[in-house]
Amino acid sequence: MRSSSALIVAIAGACALVANAQESPGLGVPATPEQIAGWDVSIGPDGEGLPPGSGTAAAGKAVYEAKCLACHGAEGAGQPNDRLVGGQGTLREAAPIRTIGSYWPYATTVFDYIRRAMPYVTPHSLTADETYAVTAYLLALNGIIGQAEVMDAASLPKVVMPNRDNFDSAYREPRRR
Amino acid sequence: MTKPTALDSLEPVAGNGLLHRRLFLTGGAAVAGLTFMTARAAPPEVPAWMKTPGAPMRAYGERSAHEASVQRMVGSTPGAAGTGASRTPLEALEGIITPSALHFERHHNGVPDIDPDQHQVLIHGLVDRPLIFSMDALARYPLVSRIQFLECSGNSGGNNGAEAPQQTAGGIHGLISCSEWTGVPLAILLEEAGARPEGRWLLAEGADAAAMSRSVPMAKALDDAILALYQNGERLRPEQGYPVRLFLPGYEGNMSVKWLRRIKVTAEPTMTKDETSKYSDLQPNGRSLLFTFPMEVKSVITSPSGMQTMQGPGLYQISGLAWSGFGRIRRVDVSADGGKSWAQAALDGPVLPMCATRFRLPWRWDGTPSVLMSRAVDETGAVQPTRAALMAARGAQFRYHYNAIQSWNVSAAGEVSNVYA
Repeated sequence: MRSSSALIVAIAGACALVANAQESPGLGVPATPEQIAGWDVSIGPDGEGLPPGSGTAAAGKAVYEAKCLACHGAEGAGQPNDRLVGGQGTLREAAPIRTIGSYWPYATTVFDYIRRAMPYVTPHSLTADETYAVTAYLLALNGIIGQAEVMDAASLPKVVMPNRDNFDSAYREPRRR
Repeated sequence: MTKPTALDSLEPVAGNGLLHRRLFLTGGAAVAGLTFMTARAAPPEVPAWMKTPGAPMRAYGERSAHEASVQRMVGSTPGAAGTGASRTPLEALEGIITPSALHFERHHNGVPDIDPDQHQVLIHGLVDRPLIFSMDALARYPLVSRIQFLECSGNSGGNNGAEAPQQTAGGIHGLISCSEWTGVPLAILLEEAGARPEGRWLLAEGADAAAMSRSVPMAKALDDAILALYQNGERLRPEQGYPVRLFLPGYEGNMSVKWLRRIKVTAEPTMTKDETSKYSDLQPNGRSLLFTFPMEVKSVITSPSGMQTMQGPGLYQISGLAWSGFGRIRRVDVSADGGKSWAQAALDGPVLPMCATRFRLPWRWDGTPSVLMSRAVDETGAVQPTRAALMAARGAQFRYHYNAIQSWNVSAAGEVSNVYA
């Protein structure tokens, strides 16, 4: 996202919060830091929001086989639902295989998505350690990290995904009207 | 010499019997005498329903039992009944407003059952004052209403395939619907929270079991985004995000996050699964485009359309829908000879920005095999591409934002089918 960052810097400040001329009745209630911490489950690509905890592929294998395998197949091979492993080098082919390993640009997104939406039938049921562990297992199955590498708030954002530099933003911020 | 009549305007204006778009407006009795030839047995002089008192009033209406076959087409992911889509039966509807009960659905883990008294929206991140809004509070804000379409970015994707899918218009293109949406301009709430200038994006997150999340440009949020509370005059349906959804006019549908629970103002996109792994566009060169937000100019003839059978040669009205995420529809042209010649269709008014527009054109079908097409142009001058041009530009494997011209083949027997022409 270098191009989009540059664009944003270039026009930062060019577009003040203009509002709609309507008056607000001002009914929002201040949110406390504790409330925000409870609601805020999203993880930025720089790792912002990653919770304490850690996990390795070995620990993740057990969690995956108990809670993920039924939908995503042994070792992430897919079926009945999305394939998670393999496909590197296929993106220019007639039938590209899009997986975490071949396609996803950020490892943080794997953690974010598992934490917000998986397992499908019991979302929000994994601990932070389990989530780091399943993330590590999927990254290791894809050959992106080693079996013994510990994933945590410091190491996960440093993982460079194979397809990371093959994305371009189609969005162009409009000029100020 | 008699004076000119509407019959004179039955001169074709394009190949294979396309007639002038104003024929039905001026034709009057002359046209009535020519129409549709659907002779039926006359009903009894005094039908049964005139001989007994009718049904009483009821507190919430239902459509006629005779229309019960008009249904969304539901398709789910294996083993995950709440993940998938249901499609609007475009071929069974007229005008531009989709009945709320027939608005398409696309869910990523089912429809949550939300108690509005326990649901709140948090606005936080790069703001001076993080705020929580109850549903009662939101309903007291200044509201705006707009009639606008919503289209899934995967709509019409079946036409990517090598074989033209044999489906109805709704089965192929039914992930587009159009409603009147009423809600609170998001700009008012962001101003109240004191969104900071470095907050160029925001993350919108739903309260469903997928916690559906998308990054939205702040410029769009301030321009025309609303937190919608009402659809077609009543509170949102559960499957449309009850009690509150984000609505981003013209943008790919999944960004209008349903069951909205949180908006986080951020400097950069969050890079969620549904904007990187999904809803990104892999190109033939192996690079992918992120953030392809507006839905491009598009149209489809809904009558006659796939799987229908025409009732013999005669005068028909071709009817269809056109829309663009970039603004208003400027014109729609129709061909009855596979694109060799085109006639301009009439547009039902008012023609609104980022709203479905109904187009119509009279056609005298002579009973020979014919290929019908519609081609929309929007106010930016963008022209709906042919399928061949779109596939050549985007490759065979793209998934989203298919907006090519739809061709319907009409056989001599009047059977209408999907064809790549």
